[in-house]
Amino acid sequence: MIRFENVNKWFGDYQALVNINETIRQGEVVVVCGPSGSGKSTLIRTINRLEPIQSGRILLNGEDIHRSGLNLNEFRSHIGFVFQQFNLFPHLTALQNCTLAPMRLHGLKPGAASKAAMALLERVGLAHKADAYPSELSGGQQQRVAIARALAMQPPLMLFDEPTSALDPEMVGEVLQVMRSLAREGMTMICVTHEMGFARDVADRVLFMDAGQVLEEASPDTFFLDPKHPRARQFLADIRIPFSPTL
Amino acid sequence: MTFWEMVDTYWLYYLVGRYPEGPLGGLALTLLLASAGLALAIPLGLLLGLARVSPWRWLSGPVTLLVYVVRGTPLLMVVFWAYFFLPSVTHVKTDQFTTMLLALVLFDGVYLAEIVRAGIQGLPRGQVEAARSLGLSYIETLRFVVLPQALRHMLPSLVNQFVTTIKDTSLGYIIGLTEVSQVATQINTLVFVFPTQIYLILGLTYFILCFGLSRVAFWLERRLAQRNSTSVKTQP
Repeated sequence: MIRFENVNKWFGDYQALVNINETIRQGEVVVVCGPSGSGKSTLIRTINRLEPIQSGRILLNGEDIHRSGLNLNEFRSHIGFVFQQFNLFPHLTALQNCTLAPMRLHGLKPGAASKAAMALLERVGLAHKADAYPSELSGGQQQRVAIARALAMQPPLMLFDEPTSALDPEMVGEVLQVMRSLAREGMTMICVTHEMGFARDVADRVLFMDAGQVLEEASPDTFFLDPKHPRARQFLADIRIPFSPTL
Repeated sequence: MTFWEMVDTYWLYYLVGRYPEGPLGGLALTLLLASAGLALAIPLGLLLGLARVSPWRWLSGPVTLLVYVVRGTPLLMVVFWAYFFLPSVTHVKTDQFTTMLLALVLFDGVYLAEIVRAGIQGLPRGQVEAARSLGLSYIETLRFVVLPQALRHMLPSLVNQFVTTIKDTSLGYIIGLTEVSQVATQINTLVFVFPTQIYLILGLTYFILCFGLSRVAFWLERRLAQRNSTSVKTQP
């Protein structure tokens, strides 16, 4: 479904992605992890062209998505993106957040769009909050609305950029629950996350990144129990015992 | 002539000038000039502001230049340009009202453009990213996501500029426009013995106009704030 071919990206002098070659198949759930600044967010942001790349190609179903002349808006409407900071539209209700794009881009009538959006809010367990504004929702609820908003365009591919990192601990579970059920329904998903439990439950593959490179890729069990790369071992040790004193 | 005799003689002149026998003037002309100025400057300011933040250099470049030139010039100078320079280019003698209106609209449009720009650029980057990642176009993102939020943030600065516009109409005095300051000066010349009172009344007139507008805006702001707060509280 997605193929990275020798992708390189620079921010000025700093190389954020180094020779990425990767293939993600239809229906696959891929978890990307790694220390902060390792390029994992940049990687998934290049998939819907929130970030340009300087060399190489990214193919989506065989089509080069960074070529000029691509119908960018049409292309983006087929990829759902969930942000760390939710980025709900604060002047619209939960329901209106989910109906804006389908009404503008699919030409849905308000009635049909609301009906579809209500079904999605139901799915993320927030039908009763349809008329609430984002400021009236908890972080976990906002993120679930944000997932519903992305699903409203019926994308075949969903990208998650640290969807639980800005949440209070007790709200992480409800968001992961929604993501788990999506994964089980066969959605193709690429998730930047440090939620190891989630990765072990639903991921088909884990990519470990550092300094803009994919250092290791493995099944979740192999990665968590027996990481090959020393940097990955160090990383896993650090996140398991975050406050251990360095001796 | 006592103070009350003066008021009795000139109040109508103060309010509407020599209207209906002669041209409209006084307070009515000031109100007309201010409201026409704002009605035209708001759309102009919005367009210039959008042009200034647009990603197209051929559009943002010239507008930025215009903003710097006009912002670096006193309004009085813009009025003089409109009065002396404009007819020499168009070969049509513009009347004083139109001259003053043009100067006001240009001057305010530029200041409003900067308010619009600040309002748009003050929004969190994620709002635009979220809208674009859903597939909304640049224009749709502006219209449905950026402007509804930005305009709300801009309201206090906009009101400030509106109040300034009302006061700036008094510069019409300099090109002989019979707005309320000019009329007050004329009355003072004719009556001669009550300058303090006359200019106190003039000051009070401007104050009431501006204060009234501020109150309306304050009420509007509160109503918008009640409906929903635009800050997403749980964001760090």
